[in-house]
Amino acid sequence: MTLVMGAVAYDPKVVTIWGGFRAWLIEHGLPFDFVLYSHYERQVEDLVAGRIDAAWNSPLAWIRARRLAEAADRRLTPLVMRDTDRDLTSVIVVRSDSPYKDVADLKGETVAVGAVDSPQATLIPSSFLAGRGLRPGAEVAIRRFDVGVGLHGDHIGGERDAARALMAGEVAAACMIDANHLLFGREGTLAAGSTRVLAQTAPFDHCNMSVGDTVPEEVMRRFGDLLLSMSYADPQVRPLFDLEGLTVWQPGRTSGYAALETAVDESGFYDGQGAVTAAGYAP
Amino acid sequence: MTPHFLDLGDLGFERGAHLLVQRALGELRPGTELAVTGRDPALLVHLDAWCRKQGHQVRRAGDTDDDVRAWVTRGRTDLDRWARAERAGGPDPGGIVAKPELHWGLAARGALVEPGGPKINADLVDRDFVWADIAPSLYAHAAAAQWDPAKAVHWDAEFSVPAEIEQAVVQVMTFLVENEQAALVIPARLLARVHPHFREVLQLLAVQAADEARHVEVFTRRALLTGGEMGTSSVSGRESLTTLLTEPDFSLASFLLSVLGEGSFLNLLTFLDRHAPDPVTRQVVKLARQDEARHVAFGVAHLQHQSTVDSSLRGRLRNAVEHRHQALIASSGLNQDVFDALVVLAAGEWTPQGIERGYAAVQELQAEMDEGRQHRLVRLGFPHDEAAELSALHTRNFM
Repeated sequence: MTLVMGAVAYDPKVVTIWGGFRAWLIEHGLPFDFVLYSHYERQVEDLVAGRIDAAWNSPLAWIRARRLAEAADRRLTPLVMRDTDRDLTSVIVVRSDSPYKDVADLKGETVAVGAVDSPQATLIPSSFLAGRGLRPGAEVAIRRFDVGVGLHGDHIGGERDAARALMAGEVAAACMIDANHLLFGREGTLAAGSTRVLAQTAPFDHCNMSVGDTVPEEVMRRFGDLLLSMSYADPQVRPLFDLEGLTVWQPGRTSGYAALETAVDESGFYDGQGAVTAAGYAP
Repeated sequence: MTPHFLDLGDLGFERGAHLLVQRALGELRPGTELAVTGRDPALLVHLDAWCRKQGHQVRRAGDTDDDVRAWVTRGRTDLDRWARAERAGGPDPGGIVAKPELHWGLAARGALVEPGGPKINADLVDRDFVWADIAPSLYAHAAAAQWDPAKAVHWDAEFSVPAEIEQAVVQVMTFLVENEQAALVIPARLLARVHPHFREVLQLLAVQAADEARHVEVFTRRALLTGGEMGTSSVSGRESLTTLLTEPDFSLASFLLSVLGEGSFLNLLTFLDRHAPDPVTRQVVKLARQDEARHVAFGVAHLQHQSTVDSSLRGRLRNAVEHRHQALIASSGLNQDVFDALVVLAAGEWTPQGIERGYAAVQELQAEMDEGRQHRLVRLGFPHDEAAELSALHTRNFM
């Protein structure tokens, strides 16, 4: 069988990345192909319906896929993830010269977040704030930057716009993933030293390769073993790893998704069976 | 206290702290821990994010780790990147390899090249086909001999030339521009096909193209100096030059252009120097001749080198001359206006005696060109009789 994987085309480089992986996998004896989706929701629905065998899923897509699969009595395996998908954190950032010393100081203020479906810049930080007694829409106002809705935060635009709003003084704080706080500081979106990390979430995990139960055990094992064997020292693989932002594939794990599961429930983004229930979410 | 300790002071990752971390890790073996401390408030957030991307592991310091904020375990991503790297030959001509890798691309010769990456679109990749040992010294000479058209020629020199002689000068200059444009395009095209590993050959071809660019300029400027129009361009002249542009083989193109064409031009420029009616014409042809002599020297040296490693070369050179002759057999050759202009220039006056003298001088020029071509063909290893035969087949357009 040819293993068919879904990937979301959040950027043109996705074609280069998966075209390159496809060639490598075929050279190593695994018939493999991929199809592109314009957003994660259709990809997840097709995975659970068995129309594709695997999906390169965002963490939010994994959560919906898992819920849909369980509701349909299907089984999904988080086969592998990037080393860089493990133990990420989000930060809540304020201007250095602002008076806020603690998260509680943001009470009554406006906080900028990313797109409605961004795990790292919206869902997890909102849940984090709620856990500190600042419920979005109640104790704090939320200003959302909906760039690339349906891409589950893969598009950096929402986070960058939130950072710009912070610099412009339009909001008291902005939420972003730790690596983007560094990136924005280095590229100048946030002038170096002009911001302060007010709070940092606990570590969470990001994407995984979700494989459906349509795939025979042997094929799934072969797929996983091949991905895990890819080496950064291989000149054919290295440019693809650089584009995809990993240095090695690691076994998938589900231990890092609890915070997002909670955030999804709190915000009513999906219901327990994986139906989309978020108000106004139309990718 | 750990022996591997880095204090970043107040420096944060938004201001370059990664350089110090990278340097400190670079001295460690993979798996070794580095203790990091510093006062930047965002240090831990950014150290985590940076190390994750670089393939290093971070653990935050415990309460008992005095003066340490985090421990970084060195990964091996940077080592893996260069694990299979290789040197692209050596920087000196002695380091030139017989067949450079296409994926070395535009890398400097002698650079440490990361494997992979795009292959350069060069098809002239064999040392024996493009290299000549004389190339580095010829390039150095060429670079030192560059002249500024604005300063090297006394454009405002006063002179007075009779109108019909001036017309002859203009016609010859028009002919020279046309030929120099062919001589500019050919090395420029070849240059883009040569693997950059043969740096000195690229440099030499680039200077050759730049030489021709200056020649085009000064000949045009001389033609227009007295306020008239350019002369004529014949179909036959352009036909002859077109056959040069279509020759894809580096050696054959070099042979037809430099050895035979520019070689004949050396005689022509000497002739024009001798019969120039004014100081500006004399200066521009003198300057051009210096450059052309270098082009001919490279062409001959390159082919001499190649004939030592390729026994079929002379046969191919012969075929190239015959093929070009066949292609031009129906062409009328040199523009009649050019021939007549040369006669008038050598005559210097419109009298029967003058024209007779001029005509004889042009015949002598053609004999000198033939002799020069034969001489260079003999240097390439052709027997005398074959050299004479091939020289006679050369285009009547001179270039």
